[in-house]
Amino acid sequence: MATTGQLEVTGYDDFINAKSGIKSWLFTTDHKRIALLYLTSITFMFFIGALFALIIRLELLTPKGDLVQADTYNKMFTMHGLVMIFFFLIPSIPAVLGNFLIPLMIGAKDVAFPKLNLLSWYIYDVGAIMFIYTILTGGLDTGWTFYTPLSTSFVTSSVVVGALAIFVVGFSSILTSLNFIVTVHRLRAPGMTWGRLPLFVWASYATAVIIVLGTPLIAISMALVALERIFGIGFFDPLLGGDPLLFQHLFWFYSHPAVYVMILPGMGVISEIMTCFSRKRVFGYKSMALAILGIAVFGFLVWAHHMFVAGISVYSALVFSFLSYLVAVPSAIKVFNWTATMYRGSVYLLTPMLYALAFIGLFTIGGMTGLFLASLGIDVHVTDTYFVVAHFHYIMVGGMVTAFMGGMHFWWPKISGRMYPEGWGKVAAAIMFIGFNLTFFPQFILGYVGMNRRYWEYASQFQVLNVLSTAGASVLGIGYLLPLGYFAWSLRYGARAGNNPWNAAGLEWTVPSPPATHNFDVTPVVTSEAYDYDQLPKDIVVPREASVVGE
Amino acid sequence: MFPLWPTAASTISGEVDALYLFLISVTSAVTLAVLCLIVVFIFRYRHSKHPVADQVSGSVPLEITWSLVPLGIFMIFFVWGATIYVAEATPPKDSLQIYVVAKQWMWKIEHEEGQREINTLHVPMNRDVRLTMISQDVIHSFWVPEFRVKADVLPGRYTTLWFRANRPGKYNLFCSEYCGTMHSGMIGKVVVMDPVKFQAWLTGGGEMGSFAATGQKLFQELGCTSCHRFDTQGRGPNLVGVYGKPVLLDDGSTVIADDAYVRESILNPGAQIVAGFKPIMPSFQGIVTEDQLLSLIAYVKSLATPEEQEPVSNRPPVPKTAGGTEVQ
Repeated sequence: MATTGQLEVTGYDDFINAKSGIKSWLFTTDHKRIALLYLTSITFMFFIGALFALIIRLELLTPKGDLVQADTYNKMFTMHGLVMIFFFLIPSIPAVLGNFLIPLMIGAKDVAFPKLNLLSWYIYDVGAIMFIYTILTGGLDTGWTFYTPLSTSFVTSSVVVGALAIFVVGFSSILTSLNFIVTVHRLRAPGMTWGRLPLFVWASYATAVIIVLGTPLIAISMALVALERIFGIGFFDPLLGGDPLLFQHLFWFYSHPAVYVMILPGMGVISEIMTCFSRKRVFGYKSMALAILGIAVFGFLVWAHHMFVAGISVYSALVFSFLSYLVAVPSAIKVFNWTATMYRGSVYLLTPMLYALAFIGLFTIGGMTGLFLASLGIDVHVTDTYFVVAHFHYIMVGGMVTAFMGGMHFWWPKISGRMYPEGWGKVAAAIMFIGFNLTFFPQFILGYVGMNRRYWEYASQFQVLNVLSTAGASVLGIGYLLPLGYFAWSLRYGARAGNNPWNAAGLEWTVPSPPATHNFDVTPVVTSEAYDYDQLPKDIVVPREASVVGE
Repeated sequence: MFPLWPTAASTISGEVDALYLFLISVTSAVTLAVLCLIVVFIFRYRHSKHPVADQVSGSVPLEITWSLVPLGIFMIFFVWGATIYVAEATPPKDSLQIYVVAKQWMWKIEHEEGQREINTLHVPMNRDVRLTMISQDVIHSFWVPEFRVKADVLPGRYTTLWFRANRPGKYNLFCSEYCGTMHSGMIGKVVVMDPVKFQAWLTGGGEMGSFAATGQKLFQELGCTSCHRFDTQGRGPNLVGVYGKPVLLDDGSTVIADDAYVRESILNPGAQIVAGFKPIMPSFQGIVTEDQLLSLIAYVKSLATPEEQEPVSNRPPVPKTAGGTEVQ
């Protein structure tokens, strides 16, 4: 970027120290502080979701259901899915990194509607509290998919409160997205044209559009489930004159695009990291941006591929299989272009880059197995098995969570002003990668040989693969706990980051770390493309010297 | 140590496995190629060896290539997979008809010859078997991994599934769609038998008479015969020769009298009235069970091709019995 701003600024109030006291956080309208509020909330919810996963994996150590009751197990996988999807993955990159970075990346002082931004965090918390209330009052055992008429007329758990929690938390996503869309349209700095936007902003923008268009559908589905359950209005239960497949269409019309909500922001993060640590502009900026939009658009046209055995017509199955292959093309382009970005680059294997490379590997496996599921003949056999479980964990955990971790390491110096310990970072990334594959790869095999998902008990010949999976999950857990520890450590003991420890391109690196509350003293003027690494230093010198202890 | 491959026990299994292997080969090759490239790039362009990056900005021909080539490969996956799916969705004409009623958490099986089973399904080897399935409560899914076929079992609507088992043995029948507390216990067995033994088994316990005869008995008990007479004098349509044929409705449209139509006519008679009749039939919703409905359908089906043409008396025709081949 034109404004390099390498000089160390002293004597400014960064956004963390600008004001103090709990009130200054709870009533803040600063997008960076709201990002940190979100980080706290979603990290808390992540560990609740992880606790459910732990119980699931422990139960599956043995073929017999011997750790928890069948109903408890059913609640565990239901609430694991709901917490992780609606209260962690969907808000993860958008609400934390998106909130923090979008205004900085486009040269704005804040998002377009700062108060609305704070409101969306409160709405998220109301939804989260409602869901925790659901957990504490007996939980939910409908499966995260709420399939009717099981959810409306059969299970006896707290479906209504749980469904309304999802209904409520959707509004927080909608408000955040509305904010991002208006911010990207209206608040770009002079010279920050659409063709110069960092790919992270493109990805966040496309995600916001999907959320605004799709989330009302899940809200409607949840509201209808609640109405049918409370008043017996027959939308879905055939005994009341409803149609159970109607629910599946409504549900997946949102929940398939939601899969792209859970991967596009990750793709944006990876583009930022790959360019920085290859010291190079991205390979094919235009097609990368177009691929993001292509995924967002085609993502709305493939929902019924979740329903190939559900009793839809053969013709619609053929159409949805075909369209599912079309949506795979832009994803393939992205993988090839990231790889090509390294070509003739100058590659640094620092922690964020390790996460980015892990992302490419895991996302590729996740995407490739998606091709299996899009193929009708294979899907009939493997749908509703562990093959599907493995596939979507490769995308959502191997993809999105890996990208989130990569992004957290990449921007941690900007957020906190401190460096995390690089050695520990690499160790955690490696542990995460090994643990992840050990957990989820055996599940592909399990699915094809015949293990159903959502099974509390299973046939004994599947035990070895399940034990491997549980062992992997414990390794993976360590991989996720380590960063929590050393990020906290770095707040006090990490080396000072300076404005731009990676010598990375992007307006966010031109301001001090942590940035001032108003981001930019003077509105920057952008005169060159994103990723102008030829204008930046060739080397990365990671700040190492520890700061004065207790300073 | 652990299984890598499920037994193949139906004619479609081999086809699914072949496609699966093809997909594994192609996707592994591409994944490995990408990973090798990444490793090569890391090694060749690491900062210590290649300190200054060349600012390559992209290559449109390359990008077009790596969009179109995958698209072409995807189309092979699509067409191959679609071919299998269409075959799975098209039961051969002379399939052996068996009825399945699923409920939390068991499988009930009704053979046309009158045999009933719970959580066990006996089928003959090397014979096309067509299942007509319905659920009494929530959505279930019928899956036999060794056959590589699966179909959801819905409440309120018939779904079908067919297979041709080609390997004798006992295989697990799983419920594949989460259906509540004991979902993982909703497991049955499919017993694939030698056709001769199967025939013996089938007629072995037939004290109850055929499934259609059960339906006929019910038809009389429920008083259906008072309107659905076997002449042209009834207040309801004569049901002889109706099944599988187009029926003219009072709004001028026609509908094929299939399982779904007969079912709807019993539960919700006002929905599609046959031309020339009044909407006077009461609903039997809540009066007949799913099993009974299926037996009524089997009975109506058995009236499809009457032995005597144009019966004139009101004596109900005797339902056809025995071999499924004769039905439909």
